[in-house]
Amino acid sequence: MIPLEGQVRIPSGCAVSAMISRDGRRMNGERIIESMVPMHDRSNGLGGGFAAYGIYPEYRDFYALHIFFSSRSAQSACMTLLKEYFEIVQDEHIKVRKMPQITDEPIIRRVFVSPMQSVLRHLQIDEKELVVRVVNRINAQSDGSYVFSCGKNMGAFKAVGFPEDVGRYYRLEEYDAYCWTAHGRYPTNTPGWWGGAHPFCMLDYSIVHNGEISSYDANRRFIEMYGYKCTLQTDTEVITYIADYLLRRQGLTLDEMAAVIAAPFWSTIEGKSGADREKYTYLRTVFPSLLVTGPFSIILGFDGGLMALNDRLKLRSMVVGEQDDMVYIASEEAAIRVMAPEIKNIWSPAGGEPVIVRVKEGAF
Amino acid sequence: MNFYPEFEVVRSDSRCIRCRVCERQCANEVHWYDADGKVMLSDESKCVNCQRCVTLCPTRALKIVKSDCRLRENANYSDQTIKEIYRQAETGGVLLSSMGNPNPLPVYWDRILINASQVTNPPIDPLREPMETRVSLGKKPDHITRNPDGSIDTKLPPQLTLSMPVMFSAMSYGSISYNAHASLARAASALGIYYNTGEGGLHEDFYQYGKNTIVQVASGRFGVHKDYLEAGAAIEIKMGQGAKPGIGGHLPGTKAVGDVSKTRMIPEGSDAISPAPHHDIYSIEDLRQLVYSLKEATEYRLPVIVKVAAVHNIAAIASGIARSGADIIAIDGFRGGTGAAPTRIRDNVGIPIELALAAVDKRLRDEGIRNNVSIICGGSVRSAADVVKAIALGADACYIATAACLAMGCHLCRSCHTGKCNWGIATQRPDLVKRLNPDIGSQRLINLMDAWRHEIKELMGGMGINSIEALRGNRLMLRGVGLTEKELQILGISHAGE
Repeated sequence: MIPLEGQVRIPSGCAVSAMISRDGRRMNGERIIESMVPMHDRSNGLGGGFAAYGIYPEYRDFYALHIFFSSRSAQSACMTLLKEYFEIVQDEHIKVRKMPQITDEPIIRRVFVSPMQSVLRHLQIDEKELVVRVVNRINAQSDGSYVFSCGKNMGAFKAVGFPEDVGRYYRLEEYDAYCWTAHGRYPTNTPGWWGGAHPFCMLDYSIVHNGEISSYDANRRFIEMYGYKCTLQTDTEVITYIADYLLRRQGLTLDEMAAVIAAPFWSTIEGKSGADREKYTYLRTVFPSLLVTGPFSIILGFDGGLMALNDRLKLRSMVVGEQDDMVYIASEEAAIRVMAPEIKNIWSPAGGEPVIVRVKEGAF
Repeated sequence: MNFYPEFEVVRSDSRCIRCRVCERQCANEVHWYDADGKVMLSDESKCVNCQRCVTLCPTRALKIVKSDCRLRENANYSDQTIKEIYRQAETGGVLLSSMGNPNPLPVYWDRILINASQVTNPPIDPLREPMETRVSLGKKPDHITRNPDGSIDTKLPPQLTLSMPVMFSAMSYGSISYNAHASLARAASALGIYYNTGEGGLHEDFYQYGKNTIVQVASGRFGVHKDYLEAGAAIEIKMGQGAKPGIGGHLPGTKAVGDVSKTRMIPEGSDAISPAPHHDIYSIEDLRQLVYSLKEATEYRLPVIVKVAAVHNIAAIASGIARSGADIIAIDGFRGGTGAAPTRIRDNVGIPIELALAAVDKRLRDEGIRNNVSIICGGSVRSAADVVKAIALGADACYIATAACLAMGCHLCRSCHTGKCNWGIATQRPDLVKRLNPDIGSQRLINLMDAWRHEIKELMGGMGINSIEALRGNRLMLRGVGLTEKELQILGISHAGE
């Protein structure tokens, strides 16, 4: 029997793409789907997905859980569990378009929830921590329920299939987002599982990633000390947890996080001046186990922006384009040219150099 | 009871030019010249097979071979077992041995194989790409704190920074010679790593290498005073040693001479037998008090290492140490070397370092306190491959001592306790000590570490890893061969093919 996702570690190659409006203009999913078409050969039909930010303005105060269920009984067990911790504000089907390219679909639900104050007081944690704990618990139990998106005013959409098909399957043209990220997957030894597709999400962080990191087990064994469970054994999952740990729990800035996971070389740090040298030395000394090596290009989406980052040796391709209020990021320039045919300003960021894009304050 | 000697000196008379080098070089007085017969003769019963004469014979007229005259074969009562009984029946004494356990017990390093990248991610070429081996040992803060202006408060608990994850382990001045210490100290300085004084104090000549020195505090407290504590870059509390868990250090009185006795602060010629326990540490809470006493004495400038032998309950012990205020734990496996240890203890007490290391790393992670301490792994780390495997199992750095002695010329004859080391290492006899030239000794140590660093980088590069930090605890890079489920489970690795 071929082992399932989570029972075995699965390296994969990939395509990534993203577009964001710094003015916070909301755009439907057409163009991001189109951007994946010229990169078709970077995926092998075993996983595609998208993350969209700003899509649920009317529910912006609630956590939007996107959940796969393998059966009705799994669904009802999961809902019972959720009701112990959350008020259920809305529980609905995620609308899909039936097509021959996408088959074997699970039950796909969208549940807007609000943490119960009494639970927060009892557990002495904040609401984000509660969401993380409950989602980790559901996903680690692997009894047929899998929460694949749990942020506010954002959502992930993913499936087994080619990304352009997955986008149409989820009718992404009906969603309006100020930021879109996309992913096409080329896993090397999996039968393909819907939950294993990217993006991988935790709260409002979503990660699409291209690469195979060589530091995986060092990163995993470190991050699992802090309550995370790497159930999928994928790079993307562990990078998402690292981002959550560093940004939310340690309160690092994006730049500081980049200096941990794609740390400058010691020789570079030595060449820096006083305060910078101290800062980078400190970050590398304190978080050595969160250095990520091996090839990767990742796009981290979050509430109000995104960050793109390459490994420090730039072992994976990634290009960035800029036009008016728009920033585009993709594995290949061809994808950017689909989204913005007239674009002039395109460049390749250096390895380890983060590209951070933020939407104007108050614009989303 | 007399036996036919264990070794035979085979001398080719036609090659021998009667230069008498062998005679002059042998501190065991095996060789002598018979003027009447104009021939070199030997008393093989004194030979320890240190190969000094073989190495220096200009005409290659000599070889030492294992004698084939043995007691009647018996798979249960080996030749050695029987002779040890005879020796004890004669003397009533405890048998003494030196260096690490030589018995054919499992060497797990040799049952572990390392990964390399193919296709899905690229191997990295250390000749063309940067490859980092620097590590910092010490407690890491749990939380980032920020200054009022929002910048990170970059104050850290004291750290030891190593250019590569290998250090020279504790060998006392006394057990080894002045020149051996000089070689280690100079090499550590040049390499940007550390050497360890062991429990014999620090000779005043070597205070200049303090930046690269770890000073040890053992149960005998030999040579410990305020200046000594402040001289080094870290303080190591020696609770135990892999070669002799459960007992203290042994320095035969014949080695406690001259500067050795002065540095140890003991009378000349007296046996320096350290107590088995520290008499102020009978429990884990006592250890905490010594850790903080030493920190107080040095104003919290120096990290404190607690060195323990790998014993059955090592994971729980390490967990206790990690909560004791110690910054670093050094674990010493049962194959670790020694200058003198009771044979029965050396050969029968303690557990393999590979299993101990894996168990400790896992336990500290399970308890979420792995960041409280760094782990040093010692007790027979023989090569760059062993280092890579140790780091991947979870060590921050390795201690080497036997390999360092070999670099300085040791031929592993396991006779250190006699004090007649023909290679000038484990001896205090001035005529023997001067055979080890510290210029050469330190250069050979530097060469060895340079070679290992290159090899570590090549192995890392093959795995697609360009910094040693990304290797630490990265057990997915290891596979076992020929190991049982239980062994694999303890090591936390999969079997090859999985």
